[in-house]
Parts: sequence; C-alpha cells; structure tokens
Amino acid sequence: MTLSAYDLVALALVGGMVWGIHWMNSPRTAVCGNLLGSLCMLGAILLTVFRHGILTRGDLWLSMAAGSVAGSVLAAVVSMVQMPQLVALLNGLGGGASALVAWVVLRGDPSALDAVTKSSGSLALAVGAVTLGGSVIAAGKLHGKIRARPILVYHHTLWSLLSLAVTVAGVAAILAAPAGAAAALSLLILLAAFGFGVLFTIRIGGADMPITISLLNSLSGLAASIAGFALRNPLLVVAGAIVGAAGLVLTQHMCRAMNRSLLNVLTGRTTAGPQAPVEAGAQGAPAARTDEARPAPSVAVTLAQAHTVVIVPGYGMALSQAQRQVKDLSDELEARGKEVRFAIHPVAGRMPGHMNVLLAEVDVPYNKLCEMDAINPEFEQTDLVVVVGANDVINPAAATAVGTPIYGMPILHVTDAKRIIICNKDTQPGYAGVDNPLYTHDNVTLLLGDAKETVARLAGELNGAN
Amino acid sequence: MDAWILLLLFCVGAGVGYKVIRQVPSLLHTPLMSSMNALSGVTVLGALVAAAAALSTGHRVCAMVAVALAMVNVVGGFQVTHRMLSLFRSEKGDGGHPRNE
Repeated sequence: MTLSAYDLVALALVGGMVWGIHWMNSPRTAVCGNLLGSLCMLGAILLTVFRHGILTRGDLWLSMAAGSVAGSVLAAVVSMVQMPQLVALLNGLGGGASALVAWVVLRGDPSALDAVTKSSGSLALAVGAVTLGGSVIAAGKLHGKIRARPILVYHHTLWSLLSLAVTVAGVAAILAAPAGAAAALSLLILLAAFGFGVLFTIRIGGADMPITISLLNSLSGLAASIAGFALRNPLLVVAGAIVGAAGLVLTQHMCRAMNRSLLNVLTGRTTAGPQAPVEAGAQGAPAARTDEARPAPSVAVTLAQAHTVVIVPGYGMALSQAQRQVKDLSDELEARGKEVRFAIHPVAGRMPGHMNVLLAEVDVPYNKLCEMDAINPEFEQTDLVVVVGANDVINPAAATAVGTPIYGMPILHVTDAKRIIICNKDTQPGYAGVDNPLYTHDNVTLLLGDAKETVARLAGELNGAN
Repeated sequence: MDAWILLLLFCVGAGVGYKVIRQVPSLLHTPLMSSMNALSGVTVLGALVAAAAALSTGHRVCAMVAVALAMVNVVGGFQVTHRMLSLFRSEKGDGGHPRNE
C-alpha cells in the first residue's frame, strides 16, 4: 500500500487529536489540548471537503452551518448542573448521525455493497441506533422528563432479548441476503436496535446513570468507527476507536467506584432499592439529632474550633444550587486560618467528574478538590467534616448492608473525623434507597432543610462566634 | 483502503486512546466526556462523503441531516468543553495546601 499525501495529512490530524487528549491529563494544559483537538477536527473537515470535491456544494455547507449554530447555542446556554443531560444528548446525536450515514450507505448503489461494507454498515447502523435510543431515554431521565426509577414493561427481559436477537439476526442476514434485500433489512435493524436501546436504558435507575452515559459515550464512538469501515475512511475508524476506548475507561472507573459489574447495571439488578429498611449500623443509637435538639452555639463553636475542615459535596448541593454558599463558607473558614479541602467521590453528581465542574464554576481552586483515595486516609486528622447534600457516598451501611445497591461500594470515611455536620434536605434514604446509620451517630449534627439556607446559616454562625 | 489495514488502525487507535485517556485525572472527566462527544462528531466526514455520493434526493436529505447532527456534536462538544475547562483554576497566591496526590 502506498500512502498518499491525503493519508499523511490524515495521520498528522489524528496524531494532533491524540496529543490534544494527552494534554487533558492536567487542568493547566487541558484548554490548549481541547483547542488543538478542535483545530485538527477542522482540518479533517477541510481535508474531506477538498478531497471529495464538495467545496461548491452549498447544501452541505448549509447543513454544516445549521448544525454548528445549533451546537454553539446548546453549548452556550447549558448550565453546569445540566451537563449530564447535554452529554447524554450529544451521545445520542453522534450515534444517530453514524446510524444515518450507515443507512445511506446500505441503501445506496447495491453493486457497490461488498461483504465488508454490508457487515460494517449494518453493524454501524445497529450500534448507532442502540446509542440513539438509549441516549434519548438517558437524557430524558437526567433532565427529569422521565421517571428516574427503573421502569419495567411487561415481560421486559423477553422484549429486550427479542429486540437484541432481531438486531443480531438482521446484521447476519444482510451478509447472506442478496444486495436488493439490504434496504428492507436495514429498516428492520434500525427499528430493533433502537427498541433495544430504549428498553435497556429505561430499566436502569438514576443512581446508575454515570455508568450508563459513560457506556453510551463509548458506543457513540464505536458506531462512528464501524461506519468508518463501511466508508473506508481511516479518520473515522481511528477517532471513533479513541472515543470508544475513552468511554470504556470511564465505564470501568464508574463501575469500580460503585462496586458494580457492568452486567448488573445493564440488567437493572439491585437498582430498584431494598424492600425493607436496613438495620442501622449503630445499634441502640439515640434518635437523630437535629439542630433543634442541639443548641445552635455548639455548631458555631465546632466551626470556630476546627483547624482542618473537609467539605463533602453531593448532588443535593447542585439541586439546591448551594455551590456559591459552600464556597462562601470555605472562604470564611480559610479567612480564619483553617485548612479547607473538598472530598470528591467518583460518583458524586450525575456523571463522571461532575462535582469538580460544579465547584470550579464557583472558583474553588482545583488543588483543593481531592479524590476519594487521596482524602480517605486523612479523615482521621480532620477536625470537622461538612457534608452538603451527600448521602450514599458517605453511608457506612455500604460496608454492612448485604444485598443493597450500595453494598461494597467504596465510601468516603467521614466517620473517622472528630465532628460531622450534615446539611441534607431530610433524613430520607438517598438515590440508592438505603437508610444512613450515620444520622444517629453521636458526633454528627444534622442541619436539615435547603442546603442553600443551612450552609449560609453555618457561615453566619461562624461570623457570630468570632 | 484495505479492510485489514483499517482493522489494524482500529486496534492501534483503541490501544493508544486507552493508554492516553487513563492518564486523564477524574477531576477532568466531565470535560473529557464532552470532548469525546466532539470527537465522535468525526462521523461528519463520513456524512459529507455519503452526501456527495448520494444517488437520490432521499439519501441526500438523510446525509445532510447526518452532517448537521454531527456538526452539533463537533461544535457543541468542543465549545462546551472549552467553557468547562476555562473554569478550572489553581489557587492564586499563597496560603494554600497542596493537594495530596
């Protein structure tokens, strides 16, 4: 094989994309990495335009412009809290675009359909349609349009397996069938795969969404890559493969952080929540102390006396939009010479890394954001932990409550700290549906209510104490 | 291009991607995902080629829709990633406690 000038340019562009991702390994270089990646993508588009003589195709420029404007508006208006549903939506659009490309190829000139094109085209169509169907549901759940709890239709497993079987059979049949039948079969694959995507996502509970959108991220890349085979386009193959690998890395990371196997998540096992409340770890512990039971000054004194403070934010903080108040509290504490850090559980929030973005938005410096493994050994030397809207990720029941969704999940060991203040909305179980025995511990003070108000009150107490 | 060479490229891409992406700290996993959204928009290249080669109006419209959808990913993905990455700031001045790695 001889490399043409085009191939060399394409190779350089892919190299640039990889280098851009490499720069994402540090927040200092990540902005440059992203710019490099976008420039390489622009280069790849221009290369394709010149190579295939579509410079004068006004309709295509118009499509590109329309998509670009829509993307730009989306990116500008979305809030950081809404990032999971945006990513889910974009997963779906990517998968949908790849499915459409495969669709056009399969239904094109039958004489041009060789075995590779037929098999990769139908596979890209299937994977793309699964991604689209799954992402639509995932985005709907994350956006609150669809109930977050697992939804089961009558004979759910049977329908899932059936749609999967039809998809696989369709892909196999397209290879054997005469070229003329490809069109009809492609419609069958599209519908069955879309149905499978919907069915497998709709039974996944909200707590497993970080895993789900990581997986769909991977699939959207895979669809692009396989479509690249059908079109014999090396850029699509490589870039798609990179995205596929990235989604896989994140899926693994999330599964490990929740101690779940991917199969368990996909089959919706143990996400429905336990039927019976879990026995509290601290047997015979007194009833939950609320701020009414404990005189308010003690909170102020606790805050004033602590030297090392770790703040544990959870999705509840995002829900009540209390990021600014949390930042203010940390500023107040630091102004008094205290050491403040943030403990970030890998699954805090609704997608990988979500909590970091939410805190970065209110100017919390990233060197104060500590990963779970780094901060866990340090809780013993911590005077005070302030939990804001987090429940499952600090629930000690994860170690003891066999058979519950969070059993075996690594948690933040906040119980090692001397005092804990929990600013949660209520004492209801979290997303996983497991009661938190921590609420009845002696060294725990509960401040129930809207985190925005309770955290602001904490900062106020601190001011009053000095 | 030969299918075997493409398969080789696929394996190399997945392997290199896996290695590079494992180095990205979980601090940046959300922007990483949105930049992967942008990268999966690479399918726009395929959509452009398919549109240029389309035989019927129906196919052309399908391919044009694919071009537009993929461009939403490319532009939206890179732009929102940029927005997020611009938020990450290290501590200014002194008095900080370096994070334990």
